[in-house]
Amino acid sequence: MAENKYSNEQLMGFYRTMVRIRAFEQHAADCFMKGMLAGNIHLSIGQEAAEAGAFAALGKQDYFCTTHRGHGHAIARGADPKRAMAELFGKATGYCAGKGGSMHITDIEGLGALGANGIVGAGQGISTGSAFASKYLKDGAVTMGCFGDGSTNQGIFHECLNMAATWKLPLVWFIENNQYAVSTEIHRTTNTPTLSERAKAYDAEGITVDGTDVLLVYETVKNAIEYARSGKGPYIVEARVYRYQGHYCGDPANYRPKEYMEDALKKDPIEQFGNKLLNEYGFKQEDLDKVKADADAEMDEAVKFADESPYPDPDTLLTDVYADDNERCVAR
Amino acid sequence: MKKLTYSKAIGEAVHEEMVRDKNVYLMGEDVGVMGNVFGCFIGFRDEFGPERVIDTPISEEGFTSISVAAAMRGLRPVVELMYNDFITVCADPIFNQAAKTRYMTGGQVQVPMVLRLPMGSGRRNAGHHSQSLEALFCHFPGLKVIAPGTPDDAKGMLKAAIRDNDPVMVMEHKLLYAKKGMVSEDEDYIIPLGKANVTREGNDVTIIAWSREARFAEEAADTLSGEGISAEVLDLRSLVPLDWDAIVQSVSKTHNVVIVSEETKRGSYAGEISAQINEDLYDELDSPVLRVCAPNIVSPFSPVLEDLNFAHPADIVQAVKTVLNK
Repeated sequence: MAENKYSNEQLMGFYRTMVRIRAFEQHAADCFMKGMLAGNIHLSIGQEAAEAGAFAALGKQDYFCTTHRGHGHAIARGADPKRAMAELFGKATGYCAGKGGSMHITDIEGLGALGANGIVGAGQGISTGSAFASKYLKDGAVTMGCFGDGSTNQGIFHECLNMAATWKLPLVWFIENNQYAVSTEIHRTTNTPTLSERAKAYDAEGITVDGTDVLLVYETVKNAIEYARSGKGPYIVEARVYRYQGHYCGDPANYRPKEYMEDALKKDPIEQFGNKLLNEYGFKQEDLDKVKADADAEMDEAVKFADESPYPDPDTLLTDVYADDNERCVAR
Repeated sequence: MKKLTYSKAIGEAVHEEMVRDKNVYLMGEDVGVMGNVFGCFIGFRDEFGPERVIDTPISEEGFTSISVAAAMRGLRPVVELMYNDFITVCADPIFNQAAKTRYMTGGQVQVPMVLRLPMGSGRRNAGHHSQSLEALFCHFPGLKVIAPGTPDDAKGMLKAAIRDNDPVMVMEHKLLYAKKGMVSEDEDYIIPLGKANVTREGNDVTIIAWSREARFAEEAADTLSGEGISAEVLDLRSLVPLDWDAIVQSVSKTHNVVIVSEETKRGSYAGEISAQINEDLYDELDSPVLRVCAPNIVSPFSPVLEDLNFAHPADIVQAVKTVLNK
């Protein structure tokens, strides 16, 4: 038996979050392939350990923002899968009343979710600004900006990391490095072996870890959040992960060598941690099976809710542009 | 009322709002120790502290983005670009984030942010420091765009902008900063956004203008009056929201329209107003709407060339005579 560092409830919590993320994504993919969703979706399948681990470390009062590949973060943070799925369906019951879609799940008051973003790298600025607001308001909150490897070559990465380090903002940047920016392998466009080592250039902290190991990610991010909360400035955590699907759902990902998925499946985060629960922590297979069955049932419900929800009232087309959507603002 | 320069009127507006609301902060290049390149905020950093009067690195995309998020979190940033031309390096935070956040979140999140944008020709700064980019900002739904042309408007409208719950772009012509005028001393003096101002009443023609060109339009109206032509000057002040009622009222009286702006003519907001008048007030018009804008060129450096690149009062006088067939 492993050292009893975690309660059974905590351990099962990590596992449940990972399984729920995958179930949500598989249900979304299924709906997408059946033509039930408009537009595009970008799935987190394969990246569940990173997301479950990082969000378990985030405090209730804290904030985060995410990217086009953001469903997993929302689920890990405790978003209601019904409202999240409804947003993917473009329904009035979705988090953004159907005006944002898959890439824009937002709930600042309930979840501290500053929004996903369709512009790669924009979250680096949004997360830095939220950390700035926390320092200004002295609210003790940390902001975790989540983004992928591809975004780290935007100019705003440099601008914001420099300001966050200079102003000692309570900021953690959580980079899920799945090695591909759409089709471009990260080392074809990036000179440093890791992305986290860039922190040194700003006298900030950075570390790279195996993002398929949920407990390792949890402990690393927990440490980073404590560091940021203590007023020492920003901390970058780079989690090395695998993106099972292509960039978007339906992308055959022919640009990757076959070894990528072979390596990925050897380190599947759910299987890896499930085995650990069975072999090191004394859980039974039926415990794990129940988590899977519950997650599938929950996501079946979410799909049913989304499918049966009404589309937005056409009258909402011209609302929410301004605080007061009067004729002079919108029609003129 | 007291006499103030346009730049001091801006300073007073920000000062009063910072005293009134601790969530208002000032951020930009050289706004702190220097007090802004046009002297608007001298002494503010000492009074309010470096936490609220923040000198940034030269990182426009970074600090505008930071302020968008701070506004999403409930603060009221007053941010400045040293020149409106620099919007090109921070377009995403303004056009894709600030402008769209309310809509894309289904109305959950607002961005009560002010971005001050010194603009305009005439300072011999050439093509990277002389543009009038109103049309660019007006194009994006979700942004409000104002262009006050007097010290009193600058104060009253900036205070309204800071209290507004939408992102407000404040276009300030650089050659207005030193102009003096009477300014209200009322700490709650607010000029609501979306209210135009008839600064000269007349019956023969409506000259629609804003910012520095509205002052030139007044000079033109005075000249025309000496020649027996009665010109009305409608200083729009606010471009979005647009005071359509004021346009309808004036055009229905004069039946002739000249629109004046410093913008490059092609794709200008002057063209947008012209189109709206043509679509909705065609029956009121005695002649086609005429625009007086800059030619479709890059702002030139040489004074001889630059002076040909924006409308002077004499150009407006000429345009009015053309419209009236005189």
